[in-house]
Amino acid sequence: MANPTHRHSRTRRGKRRSHDALKAPTTSICPQCNEPKLPHHACLNCGTYKGKEVLPIAE
Amino acid sequence: MRHRKAGRKLGRTSSHRKAMLRNLVTSLLRHEKIITTDAKAKELRSVAEKMITLGKRGSLHARRQALSYIMDRNVTEKVFVELSPRYSEREGGYTRIIKTGNRVGDNAPLSIIEMIPEIKKESKKPKKKAAKKK
Repeated sequence: MANPTHRHSRTRRGKRRSHDALKAPTTSICPQCNEPKLPHHACLNCGTYKGKEVLPIAE
Repeated sequence: MRHRKAGRKLGRTSSHRKAMLRNLVTSLLRHEKIITTDAKAKELRSVAEKMITLGKRGSLHARRQALSYIMDRNVTEKVFVELSPRYSEREGGYTRIIKTGNRVGDNAPLSIIEMIPEIKKESKKPKKKAAKKK
């Protein structure tokens, strides 16, 4: 069976992983409740979008 | 090339897809507001608007075309009697899609799709214009 000829050094491993970082999702601020929300989405905290469009929110 | 390949397959065969869209449009027109996935909502938009257009045409032929698509006679009746007159001054854009985050379980992006409700009075339009001028 094919096997690696050489062990990769810590440097090589680190270089490979240098592009693996995850990005945090962008958020915007809900104009109603000032909580962070996904851009172009209804606010899941207060259930509004552009000042209306109420989703059922259990309070 | 993807030239002239508009639309989504939604992971279904064409007959399955057609049946699903007929069911979805019937539900949307009956309840006026439904929650579904983003992709389905966006496909449904075009179908729903075509039904309203048939309703606006109002002819016997249009009615038969609508009956052959919509799954429920009563809903077809509603399109012709109630929904289409509501949109008499609107040229398209009878639906609204609002994204509402991802579904628990499969993380699918969900949306609300709704038929635009009747506008109450004229008070809304000047407000928007005033806000824009700022």
